[in-house]
Amino acid sequence: MAKYLLLKHYRGAPACANDVPMDQWTPEEISAHVGYMNDFAARLEKTGEYVDAQALAPEGTWVRYDGEGRPPVTDGPFAETKDLIAGWMVIDVDSYERAVELAGELSAAPGAGGRPLHEWLELRPFLGLHNPCVTD
Amino acid sequence: MDEALLRSLTPGVLAVLVRRGADFAAAEDAVQDALVEAVRVWPADPPRDPRGWLVTVAWRRFLDAARADTARRRREDRLDEEPAPGPARAVDDTLQVYFLCAHPSLTPASAAALTLRAVGGLTTRQIARAYLVPEATMAQRISRAKRSVAGVRFDRPGDVATVLRVLYLVFNEGYSGDVDLAAEAVRLTRQLAAVIDHPEVSGLLALMLLHHARRGARTAPDGSLVPLAEQDRGRWDTGLIAEGVRILQRALARDRLGEFQAQAAVAALHADAPRAEETDWVQIVEWYDELVRLTGSPVARLNRAVAVGEADGPRAGLKALEELDPALPRYTAVAAHLHERDGDLTTAARLYAEAAHHAPTLPERDHLTRRAARLNSRPRP
Repeated sequence: MAKYLLLKHYRGAPACANDVPMDQWTPEEISAHVGYMNDFAARLEKTGEYVDAQALAPEGTWVRYDGEGRPPVTDGPFAETKDLIAGWMVIDVDSYERAVELAGELSAAPGAGGRPLHEWLELRPFLGLHNPCVTD
Repeated sequence: MDEALLRSLTPGVLAVLVRRGADFAAAEDAVQDALVEAVRVWPADPPRDPRGWLVTVAWRRFLDAARADTARRRREDRLDEEPAPGPARAVDDTLQVYFLCAHPSLTPASAAALTLRAVGGLTTRQIARAYLVPEATMAQRISRAKRSVAGVRFDRPGDVATVLRVLYLVFNEGYSGDVDLAAEAVRLTRQLAAVIDHPEVSGLLALMLLHHARRGARTAPDGSLVPLAEQDRGRWDTGLIAEGVRILQRALARDRLGEFQAQAAVAALHADAPRAEETDWVQIVEWYDELVRLTGSPVARLNRAVAVGEADGPRAGLKALEELDPALPRYTAVAAHLHERDGDLTTAARLYAEAAHHAPTLPERDHLTRRAARLNSRPRP
């Protein structure tokens, strides 16, 4: 099995086909979208492929070390940040092909007019934590 | 309480229930319940006959569950239809449990999870922790696997090769968190070797023992990888090596060579060299030739190129590498190593960095990055 991260972006991904902002959907369309996402996660739990899913607030703070004895410096959010992550799902699947298949399904979540979003999701493999015991 | 003993009884107890007519999935749940009960009760009140105790408790649990089920479905006659208990065939039956858990209808990951539970006696929580997934996910994976094999007849002989592949997969998961899957795979393979006389089962057991013997030397205290040539051979477990070599020799004497015996032979040759420079690379190349002949595996060809580089020099290794697909995992890392040995440090550094970029695991990425950094920071003329 291999773990993959499915990343959803607020900003930074290519525009999706059904590109109407969510606040202009009808409440029913929003419910349908949320329901689709929940059903998708529940289905992955049943297939034994679900690991984690989280959503992130759009606005965050940048923090950095500012030297011994000083409090960390905070800044931002920066309007010019190109890549803004909205949330993720982590899956544990048998193959890369299966990961692509699932990402495709997630991207078909309904948006405005109940039509699929065709949203671009970023699929990233996890690095393994340890090497196989037999390597030579 | 001896938890290893307790868990070693798992497949035999499970088989008794299945022979008595319990379906596999329900029997497996009942055995898990009995194991949990044993952990609770045995320390204060150890049974005289642990296996008999487990059979009794598991069977009672199964009947309770079946009765509840029957009542629910209003099918009172169900238990009466079940066949009478068969004769005791503990040894064969343990093997049947291995076959069922590695059934070809299962994906490798499902087969591994089911094997760890139904043969290994691990709890779902332990298996989930070992694979770093939520317990609910692992529970579903296992129950789906059980459903997949629900219709498989228990008394059909299976293919031992599928069992070996599953155990090999578990072994290579190694150790992460609180369940040592490599040690568990060794235990399950040992147990398998006790119930079936097959040279490839011995081959796999020998391979595992020989690699397990080097485990302590394979990582530095900071967790970084130590390549074979740089390992402190004094830290290799000589007891495991001796056992692995003995098992391998007996298997090879039967003249039915297979891939695991060939891999174990390579591991034995490494184990046999007191210092890295004394490694018999010529013989290792010959074993890789056998392995390539047996499997046609590109990974075997890649390892062969490394061995050729040691036996006949890095140029010969690079030449062997040229015949392979550069898209192979670890191809670039091997190329970097051979260029380094050939004295072309600039190319080697570039290739190590490139290999690090494509490394599939964190320790390997860090290792390759360090190699590149070491070459890049060398004093230059």
